[in-house]
Amino acid sequence: MDEFREMFFVECDELLEGLANGLRKMEDPDFDKETVHAVFRAVHSIKGGAAAFALTTLVTFAHRFETLLDLIRSDRMDTPPQIIALLHRSSDCLSDLVMSARQSAEPDQAHVDGLLAELDALIEDDDPVADTSFEFTPIVLDFGDAPTPAPTAEEGIIVRMTPNFELYRSGNDPLALLAALRKLGDATVELNVDAVPRLEDWALERPQLGWTVRISGAVSELDVRSVFEFVDDCCRLSISRIEEEQPVMAQLPMADPVMDTPPSPTSAPQAPVAEVPPVVAPPAARPSGAVTEPAQGATIRVGLDRVDRLMNMIGELVIKEAMLSQVIQTAGLHESPDVVAGLDSIRQLAGDIQESVMAIRAQPLKLVFQRMHRILREAADATGKPVRLVTIGEQTEVDKTMIERLVDPLTHMIRNSVDHGLEDALTRQRRGKPQEGTITLSAAHRSGRVQIEVSDDGGGINRPKVRQIAEDKGLIAPGSNLTPSEIDQLLFLPGFSSKDEVSALSGRGVGLDVVRREIMALGGRVMIDSVEGKGTTFSIALPLTLAVLEGMLIQLGGQTMVLPITAVQETLQPDRSMLHGVGKDSQLLANRGDLIPIIDLCQTFGLDEAEKEGGVLIVVESDSRKRAAFRVDGIFDQRQVVIKSLEQNYGRVPGVSAATILGDGKIALIIDPEEIILSLSNDHGRHMAAMASNG
Amino acid sequence: MLQAISSNAIGQSDVVAFKLADQDFCIDIGLVREIRGWTPTTMLPHAPGYVKGVINLRGSVVTVVDLSARLGFGSATPSQRHVVIIAMHAGRVVGLLADLVSDILTIDEDHIQGVPDIASNPAREFITGMITLEDGRILRKIDLAQLLPVPHGADA
Repeated sequence: MDEFREMFFVECDELLEGLANGLRKMEDPDFDKETVHAVFRAVHSIKGGAAAFALTTLVTFAHRFETLLDLIRSDRMDTPPQIIALLHRSSDCLSDLVMSARQSAEPDQAHVDGLLAELDALIEDDDPVADTSFEFTPIVLDFGDAPTPAPTAEEGIIVRMTPNFELYRSGNDPLALLAALRKLGDATVELNVDAVPRLEDWALERPQLGWTVRISGAVSELDVRSVFEFVDDCCRLSISRIEEEQPVMAQLPMADPVMDTPPSPTSAPQAPVAEVPPVVAPPAARPSGAVTEPAQGATIRVGLDRVDRLMNMIGELVIKEAMLSQVIQTAGLHESPDVVAGLDSIRQLAGDIQESVMAIRAQPLKLVFQRMHRILREAADATGKPVRLVTIGEQTEVDKTMIERLVDPLTHMIRNSVDHGLEDALTRQRRGKPQEGTITLSAAHRSGRVQIEVSDDGGGINRPKVRQIAEDKGLIAPGSNLTPSEIDQLLFLPGFSSKDEVSALSGRGVGLDVVRREIMALGGRVMIDSVEGKGTTFSIALPLTLAVLEGMLIQLGGQTMVLPITAVQETLQPDRSMLHGVGKDSQLLANRGDLIPIIDLCQTFGLDEAEKEGGVLIVVESDSRKRAAFRVDGIFDQRQVVIKSLEQNYGRVPGVSAATILGDGKIALIIDPEEIILSLSNDHGRHMAAMASNG
Repeated sequence: MLQAISSNAIGQSDVVAFKLADQDFCIDIGLVREIRGWTPTTMLPHAPGYVKGVINLRGSVVTVVDLSARLGFGSATPSQRHVVIIAMHAGRVVGLLADLVSDILTIDEDHIQGVPDIASNPAREFITGMITLEDGRILRKIDLAQLLPVPHGADA
């Protein structure tokens, strides 16, 4: 039973996601009718499942929610922003109820009751007797001179269709459609030539010929729809009941602006005042012309552990392949073309398999981004700032583990942007910005990494204030000489919170330092970019996977170690004139005017000291833009390495993030440059703080 | 004579016996995954002296503990003839470096005696019992849990 229960909740997650997605589509005034159906089905399925497990609260709520959706579905209710906002809140509440049912926790009954009352108010206002009249709406809306229904005795349906070029090209014949329609009942067919252009303007790819079919008798819309089942994406279609004399069904959204039917009055008037700011997805985010979602292929559910095992084995394969090629090299066979070709194809295959498995683990960031809409909505409500969220590049794929671990940092960053980034509506007005703030969440692949950006169009970072706070809290010494970007970095210091009063929203004792730590744990880094008066952008750069890493193989006191290439800025063989001793132990590298502290990695790892003079310096930069030069004995290769956990069988080693296996089967440790640099600057920071307290 | 290898009957247990600095030791066979020859390790920075480093065991990173150093005999200089006993304890895999594996024996649990008061530390911490064999040799039974390096902090 528990197993089924768990399965139900997994399904709920998917349904809720589809629900939230659909509701966002409904924000668009001329949304596709199918969207409402999909939303309705999602709620209905949750209700059905919940009933099977006797989750009463969930069932009650879902039922009421479903009733409201049914009203919308059957065109008995309009969808102005207030209703959409209510639907969003209901969807959030449903999600909460599912969550509490899953954890067998008590739901927030007061909240649920409040929403139920709102839903009921709408539902009961709707008089089921007068239901066929589409313009009867339960909330007071200014419809202007909406046409009054002219009831007629005649019963039937009017179908207006204008086939697209697609329909003709795919070999469909309008005649067959018309014939099928005639079978439904007593039909009169009328040809519309009004839209057909003059011959000199005629274009093959823009057919304008349309037909109006009036079918009398008890014909259901569903029957008509089924005729068009296979062509409804390549045909402009409107279906209305004769007795209404108005097209009710929304047209299928078309790229072509020419419509042969008057726009449905339901979509034209807007509610006079929108109390809740609508969170509207930008039209630009939707590819023009694309009406339907990409078809869902057949899928199977596979446990993550199985995929991980496969991934491990492929890691092994890559290592074995490297070992084999080394053996062949030593055996002197590497000149034989057969061996080389065979080895090459194995290498190719191994690479392909690795990529395929990584693709299995890869998931679109959409899964995280979608959840951010709700976070934003709540943040906007809590602060009273009207905000809209624009998401770009939702389809960008990253490793599944990363998807899960991105939720918290992104949530915090969105809240932070709403709370601290955006000005309030009044200030925005004064500065000549639109009252509604915009937060853009974007993702893209950039040179082997995934870049995620959270940007707001707020006032930018108030640097003097940030500096003052940092000084007040003793994070920096008063009067220290900091560049603007160094001041921005202060936001990431533990114990820094820029709002004077702790706000309910982002001031939960969790600062941006936590965000940074979480991102770093994923092998990524966070950067800030802020322009005064224009806004702030936080960018996160993440590796594509947690399983492999591009590394520089270095020699260190007889050991081979790996340095992640992402941290490396440059490598150089220093001149004596570039090195400057400071005190007894420290050395600085003077490189193009910068003074960079030198860290002897042999010393850091307690290895046999390398000779001070020789060796190579690798300049690395940390996420906090702090630089250091690592002294190593030599660099000998650069390659992809498979990441192996060290903590599983041993534990954490300071300055080491993980291990990998080299071509010869030996283990090499992967250096964590961030931690090494940070340990240096922490001492430095403490030193500065000590100086501050003394002065 | 000693009994042949048998499945664990009541009151009996199988052990892997090995030699270390001319003394006989043993650990419970249930803990042992495999025995392999010595391969050079990769050192771990800031690790305690008795941790020889890590080796690659079919794709897993396995820590190798120098039993000789751990038991106070002094650090071993491993050669081709040394063996690494791969053991598993509490979900962690560890390699134990020993001079050689001598036997797999079935012992009566009644025959395991407590450890007499001896001065020699640290060996006493890790030995949980003594077994006298019929040929007069004495097996020292080792407690794996005590031997293993502390996951974090031992290096601090």
